Amino acid sequence: MPNPARIHPLADRLSAGNGVILSPVESRERISLRADPTTAKALGTAIGLNLPTKPTGVTTKGNKSAFWIGPDEWLLIGPDNGSMAKALEKVGRQVYSATDISHRNTAITVSGAKAVEALNSGCPRDLSLDAFPVKSCSRTVLGKAEIILWRTGNQEFHVECWRSFSDYVWKFLVDATRSA
Amino acid sequence: MAQSKRVEHVSTSTENTGANRIAGKGRLSPAKTVSFTFDGKTLTALEGDTLASALLAHGIHLVGRSFKYHRPRGILAAGPEEPNALIDISRDSARRQPNVRATVQTVYDGMIAKSQNRFPSLSFDVGVANDYLGRFIPAGFYYKTFMWPRKAWDKLYEPVIRSAAGLGIAPKEADPDHYASRFAHCDVLVVGSGAAGLTAASIAAKSGKNVIFVDENASFGGSLLSDSTSRIDGQSGQDWAKNKVTELAAMDNVTLLSRTTAFGYQSHNMVNLVEQITDHLAQPGSNLPRERMWQVRAKKVILATGAIERHLVFADNDRPGIMLASAAQTYLNQYGVTPGRSIGVYTACDSAWHAAFDLKKAGVSIVALIDCRETVNQDLINQANELGIKTMVNHAVTSTSGRLRINSMTVQPVNGENKTVIAVDCLLMSGGWTPSVHLFSQSRGRVKFDAERGIFLPDVYMEECTSVGSCNGTYDLSDAIAEAATATETALGDIGAKARKAKLPKVEDSPSMHGFLIGAAKGAGPDDFVKAFIDFQNDVTAKDIRLAVREGFQSIEHVKRYTTTGMATDQGKMSNMHGLAIAAETLDKPIPEVGLTTFRAPYTPVTFGAFVGHAKGDLFDVTRTTPMHEWAVDQGAVFEDVGNWKRAWYFPQAGEDMHAAVARECKQTREAAGIFDASTLGKIEVVGPDAVKFMNLMYTNPWDKLAVGRCRYGIMCREDGFIYDDGVVGRLSEERFHVTTTTGGAPRVLNMMEDYLQTEFPEWKVWLTSTSEQWAVIGVQGPKAREIIEPLVEGIDLSSEGLPHMSVREGKICGVPTRLFRMSFTGETGFEINVHGDYGRSVWEAVWKRGAPLGMVPYGTEAMHVMRAEKGYIIVGQDTDGTVTPHDAAVDWAIGKKKTDFVGIRGLKRKDLVAEGRRQLVGLKTRQPDYVIEEGAQIVEDPNHPVPVPMIGFVTSSYWSESLGHSIAMGVIDNGHKRMGETVYVPMKDEVIAAEICSPVFYDPEGGRVNA
Repeated sequence: MPNPARIHPLADRLSAGNGVILSPVESRERISLRADPTTAKALGTAIGLNLPTKPTGVTTKGNKSAFWIGPDEWLLIGPDNGSMAKALEKVGRQVYSATDISHRNTAITVSGAKAVEALNSGCPRDLSLDAFPVKSCSRTVLGKAEIILWRTGNQEFHVECWRSFSDYVWKFLVDATRSA
Repeated sequence: MAQSKRVEHVSTSTENTGANRIAGKGRLSPAKTVSFTFDGKTLTALEGDTLASALLAHGIHLVGRSFKYHRPRGILAAGPEEPNALIDISRDSARRQPNVRATVQTVYDGMIAKSQNRFPSLSFDVGVANDYLGRFIPAGFYYKTFMWPRKAWDKLYEPVIRSAAGLGIAPKEADPDHYASRFAHCDVLVVGSGAAGLTAASIAAKSGKNVIFVDENASFGGSLLSDSTSRIDGQSGQDWAKNKVTELAAMDNVTLLSRTTAFGYQSHNMVNLVEQITDHLAQPGSNLPRERMWQVRAKKVILATGAIERHLVFADNDRPGIMLASAAQTYLNQYGVTPGRSIGVYTACDSAWHAAFDLKKAGVSIVALIDCRETVNQDLINQANELGIKTMVNHAVTSTSGRLRINSMTVQPVNGENKTVIAVDCLLMSGGWTPSVHLFSQSRGRVKFDAERGIFLPDVYMEECTSVGSCNGTYDLSDAIAEAATATETALGDIGAKARKAKLPKVEDSPSMHGFLIGAAKGAGPDDFVKAFIDFQNDVTAKDIRLAVREGFQSIEHVKRYTTTGMATDQGKMSNMHGLAIAAETLDKPIPEVGLTTFRAPYTPVTFGAFVGHAKGDLFDVTRTTPMHEWAVDQGAVFEDVGNWKRAWYFPQAGEDMHAAVARECKQTREAAGIFDASTLGKIEVVGPDAVKFMNLMYTNPWDKLAVGRCRYGIMCREDGFIYDDGVVGRLSEERFHVTTTTGGAPRVLNMMEDYLQTEFPEWKVWLTSTSEQWAVIGVQGPKAREIIEPLVEGIDLSSEGLPHMSVREGKICGVPTRLFRMSFTGETGFEINVHGDYGRSVWEAVWKRGAPLGMVPYGTEAMHVMRAEKGYIIVGQDTDGTVTPHDAAVDWAIGKKKTDFVGIRGLKRKDLVAEGRRQLVGLKTRQPDYVIEEGAQIVEDPNHPVPVPMIGFVTSSYWSESLGHSIAMGVIDNGHKRMGETVYVPMKDEVIAAEICSPVFYDPEGGRVNA
């Protein structure tokens, strides 16, 4: 039997103009990792990343990144091949929870000269480079949706949200772009 | 087209832009004209005119009728404090806004302006009868008059009052404009751009800190723009301001926002701004938002909001042609317009003298300058004499005449009766200045009264802000600049910025703002029967205040509400001090003891659109859809809203109504199979060595003995013992549970779980992750369910032995991972196929392809409700309402009897919860089998009982059951469990329905089908 088609929640969308480019982020492996902070080092070693230990912290190696979400919570994002889940399975004798959320979340790349203005239309965070430098992340809101915001460049952001909120987040950003 | 129209106007510079233009005055270019209409008449204005300046240029003062008495009213001010000139402004029928202040609306080509509160016309208005009846419409008139008879209020008084009340008519069409919002942070927010604000912004900007600098007007400069004499470092005020602004505009760390009003000051230094973007443009691009709402969080706020001139309270001080002296000065010096040709001036303040001098120098006749103070600075008198202005010090204007515009004023000595009538076409007045402490007051700052100058000043600050310039009572230009510099340097120091000590500019020839009068002037005292207005917008006179006090209102807050002074959009910008002074005088108390009313946000009216921002249309709220949503759309499903979700309600085929569709879906599912999108169910993954301990805590059920691979229906209570949520829970491994919740309950269940974990048991090794959206859930129910999915599934034995009812396996379907649940919410053999979200649609279609030829139908939430009710399965929130215990709902079998703890265990032991005879869930079978009772209907024991009939319960669920051939219902009834077989009654509008209490399990009570 042929494998069924995989349909991205934001398939075929693109928006560009007025200083903002929006594009859906392709499928990724995503894991919600919960563990006592003392376990962080061993878990990080397993997946080949140092887990960040401070608020807004992000660590990246190659195409894998770990995001500090809370004192005992990390979001892991990596290539869509299940390798992080497999690596974590091998961490025996450690107490933690790794839950696959690859399909729960999706993401949008927001870039361009007016990216900050578009995001600040609905996100109350201070997005100046001083307050939110490149390689920062934050669980915050955009309009009425919860998002995880990751600054990947001076004018580039990765906006992570739940799949059923992605249509709203996309349309919000399009509307915000229009008047950014 | 639009372009050529503009060019045409620019080229015709000889057009009549008004007889009252003074050549060489003002900052508008005579070469650029625009045309607009006022009450249908086309007029030409200069580009940059406000509606007020354009009308005055054409000699039009009469612009509205007053709120209560319908008195003719003219333009009083030149800024946002304008209480009279409230105009209906539109571009087209949809883009129309009532109650726009003519003094702040920039005229654009094609603008349509209409006066308000008049019928049939501005110059002849029948409502003016109220003016002659004025003595019968005192303060509190409505409260006193329409008390009796009570019944007349709803039918007669209220509708009549409502139609007569209010200014302007709200637009009826949808607003086609769009609005933007912006959050911003800055180090220093400077509000107001007069000399003090410019000084503060300039110093703050040079420190390198981030600065947002806002002014409500089109241009920066504040009162400097109307000031013709001051020299700052040898430059005119206008040039000095312009140079400062040019400097600021070139700096990257400065955001300049003109036409932007700081209207609200919230806690933690959050200031709301509204930026007007297109209201002054003739052809705004369709991409431009009309307005942008800013929410600025500032480390320091510098308030340089200036001061507002007060009028004087004397008889008939509201005729068109009477205006504030500073307003006339602004119209002359900024717009090149004089408000009259033979002008009288009546003042208690030096500043009006300067206004008179400016007008006189521009060639306008000042027929008399009346000052009610005993003595006036000799320099002013000398200047007046030099200019040939007749001065009358220690005199007062005690009345005026003229129906639609002032034509004379009557002058008397302050201490005498000798009357002189002087013909004028305009009267300027000044009672001194009121510092604008609105934002400071909104920030919860406390003011103190300066009795010597009759002003309230900022005293105790509650936020990180400082007031500079005339809003802080510092009227002298040189002092204001010095104060702004010092305060800004201190503020910068507070936030760790290095501010170089600024060199202060040299200020010469700045006007004096000395002198004031608050309260009633001569001729408007307690014994004078005249209309001397203190609040023009709300039509409140001096005698209304006195009457309120005489009737026992002592608190200024009560006086305000009784008389309506300072209410509504006006917020007492001009009237507050007069009202307060008159109340204090009548009460014979000093002003500070009477107090000041609280200023409310917004400072000036803000459109609904600005508040709504992006949240309209698709963005009004989040619409959540499942991965299979589009399939259901394609099938013609009708959707219902469940929380933010769109769920397929039913799938009508051609010619079917809802009833027929639901009947078919139920029947076909029970006879063959049905496919159902259950993706919206909440899902929580509970993981960790303490997972089972945690499940035991959160649910009433025991979990220790639930084997891996098995499921259990769980009930969750609140601490009080009432049902909070329910759902099927599967155990995937010793330390991992797949918990499902109701669709609507998903967020609150996770919150409650996290709450216990974080606050009560933080040491437990268990973690929660929402997986609601990780999994798309495809329910396949019915006798053919197994046959349909079997060929698609790999690695799972689907037989009743391999996968019995209430079990779960992990394997593959269509080649992708699945968590396959054997469970049922219909009473039939059922499966819930959980697959990763991105595969939901494809797997669904594969199942559909298999099932459709076998008679499978898609069914929606309505059929799901019917089928579960046939089985007596409850829906939390429909059959329970927050006062129903597991015992009441007959699901007490789900309580672990040996358990020593779970959330709700203590509550369930409360005396009233274990009492006999509680309201309990039962089935109801109507005596007429085809009668479907209304959900929510009341249940009574004896329908012939005299009214009021005691109610013993109500219907919670009620449906037509196609499978059973009769209606079914559930309800909660007092002592219901022990009343099986008894008949109860449901009184409906036209008849009384008899129903028998029965078990709520109507269909397949033995459960043979579900286990098949």
